[in-house]
Amino acid sequence: MTELDVAQEFAYAPAPESRALVRIRDEYGLFIGGEFVEGTGEPFATVDPATEERLATVATASAADVDRAVQAARAAHNRVWGPMPGAERAKYLFRLARILQERARELAVLESIDNGKPIRESRDVDVPLAAAHFFYHAGWADKLGYAGLGADPKPLGVAGQVIPWNFPLLMLSWKIAPALACGNTVVLKPAETTPLTALLFAEICQQADLPAGVVNIVTGAGDTGRSLISHPDVDKVAFTGSTEVGRSIAQTVAGTSKKVTLELGGKAANIVFADSPVDQAVEGIVNGIFFNQGHVCCAGSRLLVEESVHDEVIERLQQRMGTLRVGDPLDKNTDIGAINSAEQLAKIRRLSAVGEAEGAQRWSPACQLPERGYFFAPTLFTGVSQAHRIAREEIFGPVLSVLTFRTPDEAVAKANNTPYGLSAGVWTEKGSRILWMAARLKAGVVWANTFNRFDPASPFGGYKESGYGREGGRHGLAGYLRPSPGGASPAGAGVRA
Amino acid sequence: MTLTRPQTGRDRLNSLRPSLSAADIDDLARGGPALRGFLRGLPGVDQVGLEGRAAALATRSIKATAKSFAIDLAISMLDLTTLEGADTPGKVRSLCARARCPDPDRPDGPRPAAVCVYPDLAAVARAALAGSGIAVASVATGFPSGRTSVDVKVQEVAEAIDAGADEVDMVIDRGAFLAGDYDTVFGEIAAVRQACARGIEAGGARSVHLKVILETGELATYDHVRQASWLAMLAGADFIKTSTGKVSPAATLPVTLVMLEAVRDFRASTGRQVGVKAAGGIRTSKDAIRYLVTVNETAGPDWLTPRWFRFGASSLLDDLLRQRMRTDSGHYVGADYVTMD
Repeated sequence: MTELDVAQEFAYAPAPESRALVRIRDEYGLFIGGEFVEGTGEPFATVDPATEERLATVATASAADVDRAVQAARAAHNRVWGPMPGAERAKYLFRLARILQERARELAVLESIDNGKPIRESRDVDVPLAAAHFFYHAGWADKLGYAGLGADPKPLGVAGQVIPWNFPLLMLSWKIAPALACGNTVVLKPAETTPLTALLFAEICQQADLPAGVVNIVTGAGDTGRSLISHPDVDKVAFTGSTEVGRSIAQTVAGTSKKVTLELGGKAANIVFADSPVDQAVEGIVNGIFFNQGHVCCAGSRLLVEESVHDEVIERLQQRMGTLRVGDPLDKNTDIGAINSAEQLAKIRRLSAVGEAEGAQRWSPACQLPERGYFFAPTLFTGVSQAHRIAREEIFGPVLSVLTFRTPDEAVAKANNTPYGLSAGVWTEKGSRILWMAARLKAGVVWANTFNRFDPASPFGGYKESGYGREGGRHGLAGYLRPSPGGASPAGAGVRA
Repeated sequence: MTLTRPQTGRDRLNSLRPSLSAADIDDLARGGPALRGFLRGLPGVDQVGLEGRAAALATRSIKATAKSFAIDLAISMLDLTTLEGADTPGKVRSLCARARCPDPDRPDGPRPAAVCVYPDLAAVARAALAGSGIAVASVATGFPSGRTSVDVKVQEVAEAIDAGADEVDMVIDRGAFLAGDYDTVFGEIAAVRQACARGIEAGGARSVHLKVILETGELATYDHVRQASWLAMLAGADFIKTSTGKVSPAATLPVTLVMLEAVRDFRASTGRQVGVKAAGGIRTSKDAIRYLVTVNETAGPDWLTPRWFRFGASSLLDDLLRQRMRTDSGHYVGADYVTMD
């Protein structure tokens, strides 16, 4: 026996990714017509949620600025991008995709600094998927006649796109790549708390020699977004964000000729049967709710577990949660980074307090949160019922509500008993049950024995209050094309508001 | 910003209630439908999810002090191995000399846990390691294929122990396992277990550790790996070991992850702790550190000692020593700066 026979703690030393990989400017303007210009609105600050320090001052686009951007997009569409053959557009999209890959580390670091998400995720998920979306849609650009929308579908024109703060660069790529592939030009508004990677993407557009005006980035808060989606010369509105804002957008564009796709909130059920591959199910539960601090519209925020295995699953889940590392987003070993904003942190705290007040049992692993920055420990609520607010409202944070069921019918009924319908997960080793469940779950995406898997070839979108239209895959193209005569719109594709 | 230290899994593990009593285990040991039903009732393993988890664990970034710690720990967990038809007493003696002093520049540095040889060379290793505290491990039971009778296997184990083996690495009968004949596999492990116990009586206070090699490359599915792990543990294995090193693939991170889940769950169910040995194909410090991370975050820190986790390898030590020198000196030395054997 040696001294090494006594188990010692394997403490991982800090492994920070270098901040020096990015150069954050002190001030950022708007990207209109291929150039950075000053905004005429009141500039705002974007902060590092892990340190609460100001990162940069960013311009606010006023209604006049938005109008300039839409005009630039219209001109680019009419003169250059619309008439350009698909094969030529594809070259630009491939070029953008390659530059995203070449500058992947820089983008990942910037994303983690501005958003608070762990570098492991921005490096291994956000940025590679963003590049994949450009590669995938580059491939479509000269094959649109095979998208099921007629022999010669046409672009809609100018797309006004408003994206959230949870996956800033990835949501940008979900919006811009299909729009450009289909021959549209875009004006995109990133979220006010996470504008920096969109502004870096604007530089990448310059680097790729993308014709001026094809991509325009306008920064700002809600007013800028409202100016954009209500602009009369915008043909298409694409929004990802909260159901509340989505509803007001739907009202704004009602009665106009604008096409709309909305990708809104969710309260997904992750359903674990007694015959699940339990260790992988536990991983899937963790990935479902703690990926990206739970700031995921399709997060598996309601765990429905078969009552006969409830205790065992919860015990294993708690054990696994004990190994999650919460802290510095730039540390390569961090699993859970910072909550994106003080406002969001307050909301998570408020709803968690409601959960306790309503009688659910709250549990978190012992974990020491950093003293500065917006952090929230991974949290588990057991003893939750469908009546509890934490089972009904989207918390958008690392908070999991656990409910039980006894039969497959009950699991389906509980899973569907929500105004949302974005995603669901099913865990069972029984293939026939997966198919049976998938046919009955009212959710746009059903994952079987996995969760939070994304691929540009797979359409993504919701039922009910989770929105309409699909993004990704062949179906996603329908949101950016006008079918040519004889062409049918694929099921679930873009809806005319 | 202060980094948050994660809670170790140990407290949680200890809180799991034993669900298999001694009487339950006796029932299973009688084999037949009870054993078959138990093994087939184990939760399935989803291949995609398992491999995804292993890949995620492999992205842990182990730097600075953590890296030095991990490399020293990996050296101390080594079963320095030579299992060739061409092995000679001289080769074994030089391997033992290297085990006694892997890095002449660091005489106080960590040393391998054991030297692993064929049974006919166990006596040579025993003599060469006398007084060193380094164990002699001997493969046995018709290694590597195991295609011989149980009597021959037991006899071989007895001879290895007589020759001075402290640890016996047996192979299971994969053919019997794949044919669904769990009783045969169980019976052989139990018989070897008994032979090890007899060896202890014959050799005085010496404890002989039984490592059971599953040869996961031939079991093919992760479900089989999980079932074979439980089978071996129920039959009395002190360690479960991935591979002989003679079949490809040998140890992989996902396979080892399944086995670590099995020992974690087995302790939670029975209260008895079983070790894991990953053998074959682990050649670099980077690989070894990935295994240690997986041990740490799956079975938990209780397994992070040579008592409960081992590497079976022949060339891994070279890279561990070179990387260890690098953490001290700042540069990666050429292969000729570490002794070859």
